[in-house]
Amino acid sequence: MLRVRELCAGYGRARVLFGVSLEVAPGSLVCVMGRNGVGKTTLLNTIMGVLPATGGEVVFDGQEITRLAPHERVRRGLGYVPQGHETFPQLSVMGNLLVTLEASPHRDPAAVEEALEVFPRLKPLVKKRAGFLSGGQQQQLAIARALVTRPRLLVLDEPTEGVQPSIVQEIEEAVERLHAGGLAVLLVEQYLDLAVRLADRFVILDAGRVVHAGEAAELGGEEVHRLLAV
Amino acid sequence: MGAVINQLPIGLSIAAVLLLIALGLTFTFGQMGVINMAHGEFIMAGAYTAYLLQDWAGRQAVPVALPVAFVVAGLMGLVLERTLIRRFYGRPLDTLLLTWGVSLLLQQLARDLFGAPNVQVRAPEFLEGGLGVLPYNRLFIMALAAGGVLAIWIYLNRTAQGRRMQAVMQNRQLAAVMGIDTGRVDMRTFFIGSGLAGVAGVALTLVGPVGPALGTYYIVDAFLVVVAGGLGALRGAVAAALALGLLNSYAEFWTDASLAKVVVFAAVIAFLQVRPRGLFVLRSRALT
Ligand SMILES: Nc1ncnc2c1ncn2[C@@H]1O[C@H](COP(=O)(O)OP(=O)(O)OP(=O)(O)O)[C@@H](O)[C@H]1O
Ligand SMILES: [Mg+2]
Repeated sequence: MLRVRELCAGYGRARVLFGVSLEVAPGSLVCVMGRNGVGKTTLLNTIMGVLPATGGEVVFDGQEITRLAPHERVRRGLGYVPQGHETFPQLSVMGNLLVTLEASPHRDPAAVEEALEVFPRLKPLVKKRAGFLSGGQQQQLAIARALVTRPRLLVLDEPTEGVQPSIVQEIEEAVERLHAGGLAVLLVEQYLDLAVRLADRFVILDAGRVVHAGEAAELGGEEVHRLLAV
Repeated sequence: MGAVINQLPIGLSIAAVLLLIALGLTFTFGQMGVINMAHGEFIMAGAYTAYLLQDWAGRQAVPVALPVAFVVAGLMGLVLERTLIRRFYGRPLDTLLLTWGVSLLLQQLARDLFGAPNVQVRAPEFLEGGLGVLPYNRLFIMALAAGGVLAIWIYLNRTAQGRRMQAVMQNRQLAAVMGIDTGRVDMRTFFIGSGLAGVAGVALTLVGPVGPALGTYYIVDAFLVVVAGGLGALRGAVAAALALGLLNSYAEFWTDASLAKVVVFAAVIAFLQVRPRGLFVLRSRALT
């Protein structure tokens, strides 16, 4: 479904990714791991088109999307939840959902209801300004907002970072349910045990390169611990 | 006391014109993070639109020119955004200089087309006279600004396009990865923002002559309104335009035009010491 081949990217002269390759099969959940600053967010931003790729290619559903603008990638079925539970702070929760709906190709209002079903905790908050929500609520909003476009691949960047423990569990369960429902997921996650529970496959990055990749069953191994230890 | 009251409609109508100009400026600024120095020339373009329409519409030129000037100035803004501003996105200083150059070019163009001396636009009959101290032409300008604010408010808060515009202003990168075509939103913002300047230009023909440098008299004050009101903030622009318009006209009345500018500048600088980001802050991110 998603194939990233030899992807290179960086910020100006500072190169961050040195030929990263990975694949997400339809309906599977792939977890990208690695220590802080190894380039996980940079990888996702390049996949989404926020950063230009300086080499390699991104193929989605058999079509190359390496040079497409971010909104065109979203229209093809990529849904992104960036790191740091970002919202449009002055728009209401509903406004955040609607603005995404209105930009989606299907524009089916039922998608907003469906997204709110995933996080019922948001329902009483729909009229509130997104900027006033707690970090955990903002993260749930960010995921719900990505779901409104009915993506076929959900790209999540550390959805549990800086989120209170009670909500971490809700988010984990939500991702698990979405995945069980057939949605393909590319997940960046630092918590190993969460990755073990959710992932089908994993990829470990170090200094902008893939240093290890494999089936989820291998995640408990020594090698993995060594690569992730700080 | 009588002088204070007599001066009030003047101050309010100046505030109204400033508001129309600043509204456009604040949105293009909020959206692209750059000051468009050529914004003042869209005012001038709007005023000359009314002047040219006199040949055809006679004394109804002003009402006829309102929508026409909106489109003319709007298209100028759109072209400027497409051709220059977009290419220099993220380089505000270069954009400032470039648009300043465009501003001088447009002034020269106006001089070539219409001549250096000022021209007059005759006000329609229905704007002659007044209600006591309130001349109809100034009342009309205030109503125009009020209508403009209302229309913008409805656009921003009640339409899908407006919501998209807010989203891009609040977090451009997030808007892009949520599927919003930010380039189109930028074009629309420039069209509307510049169009409002054109409308302000038509309004100005009711209270004074039209010349190639018309825009330069207002652009600095409009910029002060934007800064004091907070970027991209509607309420802030309204409050700041009122305050600055009134302050300007009273200061001008009691002292003289150049001293008035000093007073206004000093007031804005003092205000920014207290509220460095203006009255209302749009970009405030919630604590993370
Ligand atoms: N906007 C930027 N400009 C310049 N360098 C950047 C920028 N963003 C990130 N970097 C650098 O690129 C490298 C990779 O950063 P990236 O954010 O992709 O790491 P990460 O793996 O997502 O880290 P974390 O786990 O902390 O989120 C880091 O060295 C970082 O300092
Ligand atoms: Mg990161």
